Amino acid sequence: MNGKKLIELRGITKAFDGEVVLDNISLDIYEDEFITLLGPSGCGKTTTLRIIGGFETPDKGDVIFDGKRINDTPPHKRHINTVFQKYALFPHLNVYENIAFGLRVSGLKDEEEISRRVREMLEMVNLRGFERRHVTKLSGGQQQRVAIARALINKPRVLLLDEPLGALDLKLRKDMQNELKGMQKRTGITFIYVTHDQEEALSMSDTVVVMNNGSIMQIGTPTDIYNEPSNAYVADFIGESNIVDGVMLDDYSVKLAGHTFVCVDKGFGKNTPVDVVIRPEDVDVVPTAEGELCGHVVSVTFKGVHYEVIVDIDGFKWMIQTTDYVAPDTDIGVKIEPDAFHIMNKSEYSGMFGDYSSFSDELDQLSENGGEDD
Amino acid sequence: MAARGTRGQGLMARAAASPHIVWSVLFIIAPLLFVVYYTFTDADGAFTTENVSRLFTSNYVLIFVNSVCLAFIATVICLVIAYPTAYLFSRMKAKRQRAAVLLIMIPLWMNFLITTYSWMTLLEDTGIINSALRRIGLGAAHMINTPGAVVVGMVFCFLPYMILPIYTVMSGIDEKLLEASADLGCNGWQRLVRVVMPMSLSGVVSGITMVFVPSISTFYISQKLGGGTFQLIGDTIESYFVGSAINYHFGAALSLVLMVLILISMAVMNHYTDSESGERTKMV
Repeated sequence: MNGKKLIELRGITKAFDGEVVLDNISLDIYEDEFITLLGPSGCGKTTTLRIIGGFETPDKGDVIFDGKRINDTPPHKRHINTVFQKYALFPHLNVYENIAFGLRVSGLKDEEEISRRVREMLEMVNLRGFERRHVTKLSGGQQQRVAIARALINKPRVLLLDEPLGALDLKLRKDMQNELKGMQKRTGITFIYVTHDQEEALSMSDTVVVMNNGSIMQIGTPTDIYNEPSNAYVADFIGESNIVDGVMLDDYSVKLAGHTFVCVDKGFGKNTPVDVVIRPEDVDVVPTAEGELCGHVVSVTFKGVHYEVIVDIDGFKWMIQTTDYVAPDTDIGVKIEPDAFHIMNKSEYSGMFGDYSSFSDELDQLSENGGEDD
Repeated sequence: MAARGTRGQGLMARAAASPHIVWSVLFIIAPLLFVVYYTFTDADGAFTTENVSRLFTSNYVLIFVNSVCLAFIATVICLVIAYPTAYLFSRMKAKRQRAAVLLIMIPLWMNFLITTYSWMTLLEDTGIINSALRRIGLGAAHMINTPGAVVVGMVFCFLPYMILPIYTVMSGIDEKLLEASADLGCNGWQRLVRVVMPMSLSGVVSGITMVFVPSISTFYISQKLGGGTFQLIGDTIESYFVGSAINYHFGAALSLVLMVLILISMAVMNHYTDSESGERTKMV
């Protein structure tokens, strides 16, 4: 990042009732950055956000804001505002007063100034004419907009967003993603965004922080995270991926599933066991005679843009995304380009992910929605 | 078809409501009509406004004023005690909240006659409090048979009815709203004034109703702790229905006026709270 460092988390540890939810987290957040904390339920992303907002105090470690330690600064003294997960709009106030709340609390008495700034905010979130509406009578998307306007009216240095789009339907989510990104660029406010939706994280962020079990797995740009995942966990969490056992024979040469491929990675030494990530869209389907590997088609699912094909290669189930139809229960060959291989050192997550033998969309959704709020 | 369906449903609904309607007519509307009938008739059953006009002699006006004043003071004291208590309760951990609410409920399970008698023995000139005061050399204070003793009795008996509705509303306030207000710059006091108070107003209104109404019409507390040195409306009404001065017609007139008085106070209060919440919208 080219900007100035705005927030530093240094060795943050937090436990609830003896259960460690954040384990020695360190993270730098820059001015004008759109940073996303991404991870499954219970990974500690919301707790991290609450520590930055001042709603939790870390057991160990320091929170530095603009060069000053703010561990013990209460939320109302921080130049940070929050868009809460379920909006937390004040039900006793109308749209206008909800948005004006921050100004009134700060002691601003000039009604004209208040009115001007509330209208400016309403304009920004496309809610012109909604001033007198009661917040409980608004749709989810409209409440969301009021929550954003309310949080931005005090011109905070940082805006925290806790799964703000979680309750919206798909179409609205896509629109709001674009709007939020636009707002961040226009206002120049640092956005810290929490989500479990990898696609949302990749499409909006400057920086993505992948978290799991209270630890940071990887920090990087969306393309880095997608193309160069640091371990099997990240590779699996960020999109579909086949994660195959392999051996790095030498620089630019990797052996997997009994075949030696040319790749673009180096520096792993000779005959080193590694994890190899191959994204489903990077595998080409060819006739068996031309294939580098051969496999048996287990299932084919039409997904609109492409077919999702599960192929059994030597007992390992691969996922392949292809625009050409292949018939189920036939043999096919596959070819993989050298730059499609991503080589990772073995980690504690090796062998846990990346096989599609028990794959189903439903299972995926269950595990996504099953957890608690965090 | 559809029209018949709805008519059928309407009949069904009415049939289902009939026990309630019969009940209301028998035990609420009919007695009210009796009260009105007695108010405007004399012993011979002839129409008269004598009962009502007699109310506006200084003696009875004073009784009404006394009753309203004592009930008002008791209600204010209850509110002052109950509001912070309810707030503290609502911010406790769930387990402690249950225990705290139970402690408030226990006095309600005891017959309030017994509670009132206990206060008699506490407040008597030779009672426990005065004995203690004497022992530590402060000298006794005359407490029983004073308006103060009556107010103490009212507050003690009706305080739970103030705490519970306020607590119920407050515990329903989402913790996230308090966090949101802190996030937007509210310190502890501002959080209370800007979020908790306006959101708990409905609890305060029902609390006031539930304390003011029984306070203004009580006769037992004022008899036992007031010792007959002064009369409240409740005592006066009672005296016309039992005992030597029995007069249903005048007693009914007193009850009717008391009822109207209560309805007016409720209407005023509701109007006040409505305009409070309406004000915010008008400001835009």
